[in-house]
Amino acid sequence: MNRRKLHKGLWITFFISPGLLVVGLFILLPLFLSLYNSLFSWEQLIRLEFVGFDNFKRLFFAYPYNERFSNALGNNLTWFISTMLIQNSLGLLFGYLLSRNIPGAEAFKRIFFIPVLFSIVAVGFLWGIYLKPTGLVNKFLEIVGLGALKQAWLGSEQLSTPSIIAVNIWRWVGFPTLVFLAAIDNVPQECLEAAYMEGVSEWQLFWKIIFPLIVPSLTIITVLTIIGSLNVFEQVYTMTGLDGGPNYSTDTIGTLFYRTAFGSVDAGSPEIGIGSAIGVVIYLLTFAISLISIFVTKRKEVQL
Amino acid sequence: MKKKMTVFLLVTLLLPGMLFAQGTAEKPSVTTVQKEKTVLEFWTWRPEDVDFYAAQIAKFEALNPDIQIIQTAQKNTEYNTILAASLSGGAGPDVFQGRAYGGLATFADSGFLEPLEQWMPELKDYSATALLGATSPTDGRIYGSPAVSQTVFMYYNKAIYKKLGLSIPKTWDQLLANFDAVKKAGYLALGNGAKDGWTLETMLGGMGPGFYGATSFYNDVVDGKKNFEDPAFIFMMEQMKSLTKYMPDMYMGVGYDDMRSYFVNETAAHLIAGSYEAAYFKSQNPSLDFGIFAIPSAKAFDPAYVSVYADMNFAVNAHSKHKEAAIEFLHFLSSKEFGNAMVRDLKMVSAVPGVDASFDPFIASVLDLQKNSTPYLFLVGFRYKQPTGSSLWQAAAQGVMAGTITPEQAAKQIQSGIASYYTPFQK
Repeated sequence: MNRRKLHKGLWITFFISPGLLVVGLFILLPLFLSLYNSLFSWEQLIRLEFVGFDNFKRLFFAYPYNERFSNALGNNLTWFISTMLIQNSLGLLFGYLLSRNIPGAEAFKRIFFIPVLFSIVAVGFLWGIYLKPTGLVNKFLEIVGLGALKQAWLGSEQLSTPSIIAVNIWRWVGFPTLVFLAAIDNVPQECLEAAYMEGVSEWQLFWKIIFPLIVPSLTIITVLTIIGSLNVFEQVYTMTGLDGGPNYSTDTIGTLFYRTAFGSVDAGSPEIGIGSAIGVVIYLLTFAISLISIFVTKRKEVQL
Repeated sequence: MKKKMTVFLLVTLLLPGMLFAQGTAEKPSVTTVQKEKTVLEFWTWRPEDVDFYAAQIAKFEALNPDIQIIQTAQKNTEYNTILAASLSGGAGPDVFQGRAYGGLATFADSGFLEPLEQWMPELKDYSATALLGATSPTDGRIYGSPAVSQTVFMYYNKAIYKKLGLSIPKTWDQLLANFDAVKKAGYLALGNGAKDGWTLETMLGGMGPGFYGATSFYNDVVDGKKNFEDPAFIFMMEQMKSLTKYMPDMYMGVGYDDMRSYFVNETAAHLIAGSYEAAYFKSQNPSLDFGIFAIPSAKAFDPAYVSVYADMNFAVNAHSKHKEAAIEFLHFLSSKEFGNAMVRDLKMVSAVPGVDASFDPFIASVLDLQKNSTPYLFLVGFRYKQPTGSSLWQAAAQGVMAGTITPEQAAKQIQSGIASYYTPFQK
């Protein structure tokens, strides 16, 4: 019996070790290295003496780091709330409609999912062109007689973040749609039939039966949205640039981290200590918030 | 069954290993063939000049058949990051375009750049302005061979000026009158936008000095005698904001590429930009007839200033395995012939002493404007530490141009940002 267990254990080790090696080398090691780097003072690209949590103190309390950091974190929060409310609600709606086999459901399923397959950089680049003052979006508004609504979508402090979020929703809404569709399709047919026989309305059917049964996929989508919102980088980088312009209105902790750790051409030289501190904070935030959301949504799950 | 499974697993695991092993085994035979040639990596941030450098490299390789140069051009805005990452990782190019001032100091102070005095004694003949941009303020040593200086001024479309009977303005009011005239004629008066923060620093370099007090203000802020909340500096921002009515519709969304295309396509009659644009303008629209002038200040008797800065230095990787060859190539890049080619083909003001820039009429006019030059404020004086004056200016200026903050608030932001580390401001 024991030999058998040992044998099984060896096999398991054999199969997980390549994956563990990759995760250890490319995820865990850099994580601890950035924690290590954040505890030192830096002169340009050279590590100097140990300073404890000094970099964190500067990040949270010293101007201009504190202002930049809270501004960027605020933008990440905007990303999370809008993505949760708009993208995931739309995803749920689309998923539900597709599961009801509306006409053309098969075609829509594919159409919604196509943008998910596009490279994020290509999407950002192309939409960056469409959203120019003389771009496709403004031209379209002009043609349909809504010329008064033309805007400098990526150049206005109020509109730039919402514009980038809208592009990202366009790109990514197919993903929650597909996840919710699969979850709804998995709801046992007999439950639905029984409910229909009881004469429930479509509204009640959704909220009382389907929704509680698809909470596990909602958990997954929520966690992915949290991680995605805290790690926003490429979208901003390709559409408004590393400085999160105009006037930091699209800055996120991702772009702030990159700019601080690696520097940017016109804006300055790298500050690796502070940059590493931001990296550690991003990690801790993602970890903590994901745990909380899993804990909260788990309690809402219903087992059949 | 179990045995078969184990054998199968072993084979699947070992096969790729054997394949790769074969690949590495082949490699040495390739390198032995090319062993006689020293291969140097050369990086630039000018993808638009790839052909120019390729032609020059061909000349160098003809003179030095044992050296092969591989050119890589990185996107301008990503260059520093890629360079920093590869140099920190112990790799990176042997010879490369380095920035000037703080951008060069970052690499020099980290020990990645070869000090050049012993390799290039001729550096002492370079102008002080050029050498300042190549010197690290930390140890005072020279880490780059100065390549070009840049000048910021106003480009104007000569054909439009001729058609409307306009002349080069001598005062700020005349400039605004010209703007009104071209606007009335259906052109865009000023092609500048504000989406990319750094183009607002260029705008400052072009129209700012006449209002904030040029070099005397520069010296005073560097010494801490004045600061950026100075009324003259705030007045300058108000004037800059007042130009928005001449700028493109929705100028806050107009980025660098759009700005350039407005001028190249002759939609815009003016553009505040650097001397580095001339070659691009010519290549995109050979029939474009443009001229340049220094932007005048409020009074006619004040000289009109242009902002000047050392821009590019050729540098050598301190850890290069082929330092001798790298220095050989650096000498080539610092030669008069190469300097002349830069003037002729790239329309850039070469920093190499003895290069005759005046045979190109455009460069000659740039040199003429440089007679009244002033340091490019934030780059020359305040780009050594974070938050740099440049980053503070760029964001604050975007706020001013969009109307979300006042010039006074912008001035305060810039001042307190720099004062967080700049000791003359902390008194």
